[in-house]
Amino acid sequence: MIRLTINGQIHQVDVDADTPLLWVLREWIGLTGTKYGCGAGQCGCCTVHIDGVAIRSCLVPVGSVSAAAITTIEGLSPDASHPVQKAWLQHEVPQCGYCQSGQIMAAAALLAAKPRPNDADIRAAMTNICRCGTYQRIRDAIHSAAELGKA
Amino acid sequence: MTALGFDRRRFLGTATAIAGAYCLGWSIPARAAAAAEGGRELGIWVVIEPDDTAVIRIARSEMGQGTLTGLAQLVAEELEADWAKLRAEYISPDENLARQHAWGDMSTGGSRGLRGSVDYVRQGGAAARSMLVQAAAARWSVPAAECQAENSRVLHGRSGRSLGYGTLAADAAALPVPESVTLKSPAQWKLIGKAVARLDTPPKLEGSLVYASDVRLPGMLNAAIAQCPVFGGKLVSFDAAALSAMPGVRHVVAVDDNSVAVVADTWWQARTALDRLPIVWDEGANATVSSADIDAWLREGLTAAQAALGQRQGDVAAGLAGAATRIEAVYSTPFLSHATMEPMNATALFTGNALEVWVASQNGDAALAAAAEAAGLDPSQVKVHKHHLGGGFGRRGQQDYVRQAVLIARQIPGRPVKLLWSREEDTRHDFYRPATQCRLQGGLDANGDLVALHARLSGPSILASLAPARLAGGVDKVAFQGWLAEEFGYRSIPNLLIDHAVRNTHVPVGFWRGVNTNQNTIFMECFIDELADAAGRDKLEFRRSLLARSPKHLAVLEAVAERAGWGTPAPPGVFRGLAQNCCFGSYVAAVAEVSVADDGKLTIHRIVAGTDPGHAVNPDQIAAQVEGSFVYGLSALLYSENTVKDGRIVEGNFDTYQVMRLADMPKVETVLVPSGGFWGGVGEPTIAVAAPAVLNAIAAATGRRVRRLPLKDQDLRLG
Repeated sequence: MIRLTINGQIHQVDVDADTPLLWVLREWIGLTGTKYGCGAGQCGCCTVHIDGVAIRSCLVPVGSVSAAAITTIEGLSPDASHPVQKAWLQHEVPQCGYCQSGQIMAAAALLAAKPRPNDADIRAAMTNICRCGTYQRIRDAIHSAAELGKA
Repeated sequence: MTALGFDRRRFLGTATAIAGAYCLGWSIPARAAAAAEGGRELGIWVVIEPDDTAVIRIARSEMGQGTLTGLAQLVAEELEADWAKLRAEYISPDENLARQHAWGDMSTGGSRGLRGSVDYVRQGGAAARSMLVQAAAARWSVPAAECQAENSRVLHGRSGRSLGYGTLAADAAALPVPESVTLKSPAQWKLIGKAVARLDTPPKLEGSLVYASDVRLPGMLNAAIAQCPVFGGKLVSFDAAALSAMPGVRHVVAVDDNSVAVVADTWWQARTALDRLPIVWDEGANATVSSADIDAWLREGLTAAQAALGQRQGDVAAGLAGAATRIEAVYSTPFLSHATMEPMNATALFTGNALEVWVASQNGDAALAAAAEAAGLDPSQVKVHKHHLGGGFGRRGQQDYVRQAVLIARQIPGRPVKLLWSREEDTRHDFYRPATQCRLQGGLDANGDLVALHARLSGPSILASLAPARLAGGVDKVAFQGWLAEEFGYRSIPNLLIDHAVRNTHVPVGFWRGVNTNQNTIFMECFIDELADAAGRDKLEFRRSLLARSPKHLAVLEAVAERAGWGTPAPPGVFRGLAQNCCFGSYVAAVAEVSVADDGKLTIHRIVAGTDPGHAVNPDQIAAQVEGSFVYGLSALLYSENTVKDGRIVEGNFDTYQVMRLADMPKVETVLVPSGGFWGGVGEPTIAVAAPAVLNAIAAATGRRVRRLPLKDQDLRLG
């Protein structure tokens, strides 16, 4: 049994310690907001926060995070009120939406570390893939979220 | 309870009762499902609920392109519905089948989502409004002509009375659906042309939207698949016993004659076990084919005697022979996979005489037909639950993954099975954008005017691969997209020949966002630039002279040129490029601004992209499609290619099949110039001008032409 703290709740899962966190979240816990895109740490669809840092959960063995605080998109805010979620709505960022859980989690971690990021900060931090091509709105929305977060 | 939507509600109730494990997500949240009990169907497109909520039925698929919201706008416009009291809901393919395809074509591609349904869905909204007005007039015993509908209410101006749609719905539903209705004129539109918010955004912000790959059903098993790596190869055997000790593994099954699946409690277990499964393939006759072979096969077509005719006017041979200046160039584009973010997947539950499938498909009708055939059932025995797509781009117009899920589930009756492809399977088993070469020859007269042009395409035919019945006398008209009839702006060229040497390969080809307009517009617009250079003329002025008989093409080109400041100095080190075309019913153009550093590093600073889609339904969503189309088109230009070695696709994941990320994103300014009078597409058209505008800007910056894509690994340093 592995003990996990996810979105503030304790879960006990009977799973091989090598299993990637992504699949434990999706298949054992039932939190499907975190997506599978590549399984190779390339695309970022599976981004979650581990102790506040954005991490690609498809490459994280679940056994390595039993002492950590894990936050998924479902736990980012109780009512989509996180500044990033509000800015995403304001800018109508999502198209198909499949990558957006990961984009939002990456953006939230960036803003937590750097409340007023400039474009270069955003370029460096936001490496998740979006095939619909919402990058321009992601960039604009992060700047808006920084403003919202200040208030 | 109306017949419409009954199955979905019943299913929701069942699933909740079983485990509460499955949520339909966006379509009918639990709260709304209860409210829906008293809904009344007014015609086939509208259901009115007691609280005045209008439920708009949607037949096309939402894959990010905003069709769901746009279609709802079209219906609500005629319905006079309050946008704040509105919900959109999919028609299920089994409902469409049971009602003799009353909702029309479910296929969602070719940027036809709105323009292909615009008349009948608006008529549906108008019919429902007419029924509500009649019902109110009867209640009040006044002539219907004295009543008007507004914001989900019917008003009687003379008496000041009004009733909400919800109150009138039962009476209205008892009336016959009018057979003919009058649609509003564009001047009367209130919702069409308005940048209303998308209806499907909120659940995408909190991870609650249930994509097909998120479906969880009681007792569900998960399947991972391996398909023969060489197209056309066969499965010979596999050693299931080798997995006997692997945790969670329940079944190892042959799916069809070229693939095998491991079925386990979880997908991770299935995937892990599949990697250890000994499989013997018969790779067949294609196992030695490489990209070099395909290149040579296409190159041979560039000068072959036989070719399918696209269009001809004048005498191109004589025109070239008599030209004062002749130039020639050969361009080449690679195979490209779609790489939707959500890999192919489908869930199926087979129970002997019935089948349910949960899918993300660009064509619900086709998904149902494919599922029925794979199950050996009559289509009437199949239920299809449509989910929003985690990307489509043309890939999910094919139903191969649906068929596979059913073929697996059929071997495990009574258990739902979810098939999910790995990213590697997804990249290596696509229907690729056709690798294409093009030889262009142009002739200028002594004044520098273009007097002859021959464009010879050579490459695979999509229709020959996917829809041979649509070949017209062996000619694949799709191969000439953007170059035929009214689409082709350069009609004034006196001697013109456009033809296609069909060079099919063993690599499956298909419809890739923008389809053949992608490479055709690269070929034509880059070569037009080359001709302008040869004539010593400004690129815009040269195109103006060629577009004299194509005012709509020219108007969009002029609009982007003006916005970008064509003819005025660019910032130091920045160079501009132009491109234009007409694709999927819309006129499009772009100006790109780029710089190339001394070390060859390319920076795309700014894109000004213009489109004239006739009527613009939702300007903000059009801008979103324009921005996104540039990302898709520039990904292909900069990074993406699928190569072939030993008969198989080499690239497997995003480390080798590279795509654009945010760091490369230029500023995209959308210039929307709707001229009215027609309905053009918006999802695809502007992708065509993305790559050629940038390529032309690179040539302006470096003085050299890049004619083989993608740009990665190519030296852009000044020659």
